[in-house]
Amino acid sequence: MENNNPTPKPKDASKAVEKFLVSSASQLAPYLEACIHCGQCAHACHFYEVTQDPKYTPAYKLFPMTKAYRRSKNPLNWLGMIPTLEEDEIAEWQDLVFNGCTMCGRCTNVCPMGIDVAQIVGATRQALTAAGYYPEDLMAAAENVVQHGSPLKVSTSVLEDRLEWIADESETDIPLDKKGAEVMFTISSIELMKYPDSVGAMAKMLNAAGVNWTISTKGYESTNFGYLAGRPDIAKLGTSRLVNAAEELGVKELIIPECGHAYSVLRWNGANIMGRPLGFKVYHITEYLAKLKREGKLKFKSIETAFTYHDPCQISRRGGAADDARYLLEGFAPNFVEMKVTGNQNWCCGGGGGVQAMNKYRDMRINVFKIKAKQVEETGTNTMISACANCRLTMDESIAELKWGGKLDSLVEILADNLIED
Amino acid sequence: MSDLLDFARGPALQVSVMIFIFGVLYRLISLFLTPKNFIASPARENVKGAFGAGVGEIVRRMIPDKEYMRKEMFAFLNGWAFHIGLAITVFGLAGHIMFFKKILGFGWWNLPSNFVMLAGVITLFSLIASLAHRLTDPVLRKLSTLDDYLSGGLTVLPVATGLLATMHLGLRYETLIAIHILSVCIFLIYFPFGKLMHAFLVFVTRAKTGVEMARKGVKL
Repeated sequence: MENNNPTPKPKDASKAVEKFLVSSASQLAPYLEACIHCGQCAHACHFYEVTQDPKYTPAYKLFPMTKAYRRSKNPLNWLGMIPTLEEDEIAEWQDLVFNGCTMCGRCTNVCPMGIDVAQIVGATRQALTAAGYYPEDLMAAAENVVQHGSPLKVSTSVLEDRLEWIADESETDIPLDKKGAEVMFTISSIELMKYPDSVGAMAKMLNAAGVNWTISTKGYESTNFGYLAGRPDIAKLGTSRLVNAAEELGVKELIIPECGHAYSVLRWNGANIMGRPLGFKVYHITEYLAKLKREGKLKFKSIETAFTYHDPCQISRRGGAADDARYLLEGFAPNFVEMKVTGNQNWCCGGGGGVQAMNKYRDMRINVFKIKAKQVEETGTNTMISACANCRLTMDESIAELKWGGKLDSLVEILADNLIED
Repeated sequence: MSDLLDFARGPALQVSVMIFIFGVLYRLISLFLTPKNFIASPARENVKGAFGAGVGEIVRRMIPDKEYMRKEMFAFLNGWAFHIGLAITVFGLAGHIMFFKKILGFGWWNLPSNFVMLAGVITLFSLIASLAHRLTDPVLRKLSTLDDYLSGGLTVLPVATGLLATMHLGLRYETLIAIHILSVCIFLIYFPFGKLMHAFLVFVTRAKTGVEMARKGVKL
C-alpha cells in the first residue's frame, strides 16, 4: 500500500551500528556521554523492582548505543577501527529494549544527570529493527497498520460497522466524514474493539458540549505501532494518514482518545515526523474535556464513589497533562484519593511502549501490576480509573489473572455516565 | 628529590593543565556543535522559558524526589559528602589557593587547615565507600566499566597523597608533595576522556532535559 519499505528480515548487526551512529550524531549525544553508572535508575524501573535483576537497570539499556558512539569517537578510528557490536550483544539488548522497557520515563525523573533514557531506548529500537532484531508480535501489529490501516486490523468497513453499532448502543450520533466539522476525533482500535463504551462516552460528551466534530474514514487510527516497533517509515505513515485527513477536512482541532503513546507521538512528535508544523491543534481527550469544562460547556453530577487515578505515563510524566485529569475530577469526585506515588512519579502499568502486544512478557506484566494493586489498596479505595486504553487492557489482564478484588474504570466513561444534559 | 618536585611543579603540571583545558573544551564544543533536532511541534502554552527551565532543573536534581531518595539514601548522602568534601579540600586549602592565584592571578580566603583536613578525610572515606559499594552492589557491578574504577582510583590518589603530605606521614615532605602533584597531573590528563567529565556535562544534560520537559508542561 502506501508503505514501500519491507520489514528487514535478515539479521545484520552492522546495520544497528550504522543506525546508532546516525542517531547519536544528534541531540542524544550529551546523554550518551553523561551516564556515570550510579545505578540510581534501577529502583525507578518496575521491571527491576519486580525481578531485582540488574539487567533491567535503565542505564544498562543505553549500553549498545553508548558503545557504538564511543567507538566512533575513538581517536584511532582513522586507522580503520570501525565501531562494531557482536551479534549476541545485539540479541541480548533486543529483549531489554523491546520487552524490558515501556519507555515510561520514570528513570529520567530520578537520574542525577538528567539523562532521558526513554528517548535513547526509542532510538535503540529503531537501530535494532533496522538490523533485523525485533519481536515478531510487535512487528506484526506494526505491519497491520500498513496492510489493514490499524494494528488490530480495523479497516474502514470494520470502523464504519463498529461505529454504527456503538452509536446505536450509546444512543448518540457519531458523525463520519462530516464536511465543515471543526474538530476531528480519532479512535484507538483497542477501544473500538475491546472498550466500545469508551468511544460512545466520548461521542456523547462531544455532542452534549455542542462540538462540531467528526471522525474521518481516511485517517482514524490514533495508535502508532510503527513508532513502538522502531519503524520510522510506518510511524510516518500512521501520522500522515491522520494529518492528511485532518487537513483535508480543514479542522482546527484533533482529539486523541484515551491512549497514552498516541498522544505522545502526535502531540509532541507529529510535526517533527512530518517535517513541518501541523495545521491544527492536538489534544488528549482529558485536555479537551477539561477545556470544555472550563468553557462551561460540560457539567457533571457529583459522585460519592471513592476512587484513585492511575496516571498514564505518556499523558502525565511524558505529556504534561497530569493537571487536566485532576481538574476534571474537581467538584465531580469529592472522595477522590491520590496514590502516595502519583502524577509524574506514578508507576507504569507495565504494558506501555508496545510491551502489551508482546506475549513473552505476560507474566512480567502481571507481576508489575502487583505494584499498582498495592498502591491502590494503600489509598483505602478499591477502584482505580485511568485515561489510557492500553493501560486498561494491560491491567485488566492482570486483574483477571490475579483475581484482584479491585475495579478499574475509564475516566471518560465515568464522566459520561454522570453528564448533566440540558 | 627536588628534581622530582621541580618536574612535578613545572612541566608536568603545565602539560597536564593544558591537556585538561583543551580536552574539556574539545568535548564541550563538539557536543554543542552536534546538529540540533528539528522541532516543529508547538510547546504547551504558558510554560516557563528555556533559560528558567534549564537552570531550574540543574538545581532541582540536586535533591531527588522523596520517593527515590528513600531507596537511594546511601548514594545521596555519600555523594553529597564526597562532592562537598572535595570542593572544600580543593578550594579551601591555603596551599591550593596559592596555586590557583599563580594561574588565575587572584586568590581567596583559605579555610582553617584542620577543617580542610577533616573534609579531606571525609572525602577519602566517601570515595572508598563508593568504590566498595560499586564492587558489592549487583546493579553497580553490572554497570561498571574500567572507566568507573579508573575515575574513582584517580580521584582517590590526589586526596590520599594530599592528606599524607599535610600530615607529614610516610615519606619526606618534598617527596610527598611531588607525588601529590603528579597524581593531580594524572587526574587532570584523564579527566576529559572519561566519566570525570560529568562535572561539566551535568549542567548540559540536566538543562537539556529541563528544557524539553518544560516545553511539554511537565512539572517535575
